[in-house]
Amino acid sequence: MTAVQTDTDTAVYALRLGDDALVLAQRLCEWAARAPQLEEDVALLNLALDLLGQARSLLTRAGELAGPDPNGTVRTEDDLAYLRDEPEFCNALLMEVQSGDFGRTMARQLLVSAWQVPLWTALAASADEGIAGVAGKAVKEAAYHLDHARSWVLRLGDGTAESHRRLQQGLDDVWPYAAELFERDALLDRLVERGVAADPALLEPQWRATVQAVLAEATLTVPETTWRPTGGRRGQHLTGFGYLLAELQHLHRSHPGATW
Amino acid sequence: MTAVVPARTPEQEFQDRIDADDRVEPRDWMPDGYRRTLVRQIAQHAHSEIIGMQPEGNWITRAPSLRRKVILVAKVQDEAGHGLYLYGAAETLGADRDELLDMLHTGRQKYSTIFNYPTTSWADVAAIGWLVDGAAIMNQVPLTRCSYGPYARAMTRVCKEESFHQRQGFEAMMTLCHGTATQKRMAQDALDRWWWPSLMMFGPNDDASPHSAQSMAWGIKRFSNDELRQRFVDATVPQAQFLGLTVPDPDLRWDGKHWISGAIDWTEFQTVMRGDGPCNRERLRHRVAAHEDGAWVREAAAAYADKHR
Repeated sequence: MTAVQTDTDTAVYALRLGDDALVLAQRLCEWAARAPQLEEDVALLNLALDLLGQARSLLTRAGELAGPDPNGTVRTEDDLAYLRDEPEFCNALLMEVQSGDFGRTMARQLLVSAWQVPLWTALAASADEGIAGVAGKAVKEAAYHLDHARSWVLRLGDGTAESHRRLQQGLDDVWPYAAELFERDALLDRLVERGVAADPALLEPQWRATVQAVLAEATLTVPETTWRPTGGRRGQHLTGFGYLLAELQHLHRSHPGATW
Repeated sequence: MTAVVPARTPEQEFQDRIDADDRVEPRDWMPDGYRRTLVRQIAQHAHSEIIGMQPEGNWITRAPSLRRKVILVAKVQDEAGHGLYLYGAAETLGADRDELLDMLHTGRQKYSTIFNYPTTSWADVAAIGWLVDGAAIMNQVPLTRCSYGPYARAMTRVCKEESFHQRQGFEAMMTLCHGTATQKRMAQDALDRWWWPSLMMFGPNDDASPHSAQSMAWGIKRFSNDELRQRFVDATVPQAQFLGLTVPDPDLRWDGKHWISGAIDWTEFQTVMRGDGPCNRERLRHRVAAHEDGAWVREAAAAYADKHR
């Protein structure tokens, strides 16, 4: 095996994408055995499985690109998932927002998947072959996730008065967190220039068009807000994130060095 | 003069087909008792799959590695899928999924007593795969030859997936047994707690099993409870030895052909059956809460379908 050339910028980018997938998967896993119907137990766990697969490849890639630590050890997917603390996670806040009811879960999924479809489409041509490899598969998965979320947003938005009210509430709750997906920082400036990362500005129009079309058909109102919570990419997370990590990591951390 | 052939009743003709190993299909005539027995058995099996998602689902968010998490999510997802095919098989007999769920929620139909035990450590996930899925396979493989076609076909797929679950459970157990001293203690503790309940999964001893004879005659059941239990013990004891674990049965002995286990404490089985196991109330309450919390979603889906008919 040839050693991977260390590339700190790309490692951080892979970590952002991997953390997005891992954290959203963890939220979806909370639905196990409590979905509104049996078909949805299958579907929600399917989304989680796709995202976990993405997370594993991306975290592994991030470890390789970051290169060995001073002891000569390259961090594995499990080192990165289980042994980092809150400030070291760089997922977007939208991924960690609490799932709430099924309406909020589907509103969150719509906003995420409508972003991931153009994101993975662009990244399939990434200059980083590891990221491009993940993207080639993830784009098909995201398209299915979007289709699934869309079908529920339509049914709930245009279903009963109660489902409309709940979904609108869920959408209002998660909407402000979407703005962070389109932020650009110095890291993205460098990686977009190198053809490694997708340009957030180019993803936003397609995201907006997809989301607006679904919300209009679902008879929902596009929320208006000036609040733009941010910080996830810099390790500044929501209050609930510590609990999410505690649950994710406690068993692994309770047995240092053990193999599972 | 033509000879008078004594007319055979529909019941006799049905039994002739069963005896000839013919498969019964949904549109075929069948005795009411056969239909009722199958609906009860298939529904109980479907309920067991969906209640069974809870004890293992309990560890998904805490799985100790990403690989184990993926395997466990896939397994719990398979259980939901098995529930779907089995409710589907029951519907071919005229049952309705919502009515069957209502029977589960109101305690009028049962699920396997094994799922009324708690999963208090990660090793329980491994032990369930190894022992509970192992026992389920022993029970279910003969059902792939069940006389009712849709059930037999559903079971063919279920058994393939269960066999994968059993192997991953054993492999997870082996990893624990080769791990740290604490991991090995976890594994032994899980075997201690799951061994006897797993033996009870085969149901009462043959002399105390009320429905067995008729189910055998109808080709729904192929082997007796005690025969299947013996197969399980014979297959599993050497696996425990291979893992370096001790089967929690001081009377267990080898008679030259079989592993003979000590007496099963059937009062415990009856207690759990009656509803007084460690988790009966919790399992049912969780299931009913999930169903009730999802009512608005199902109502919305129905309303949307009506509007867009």
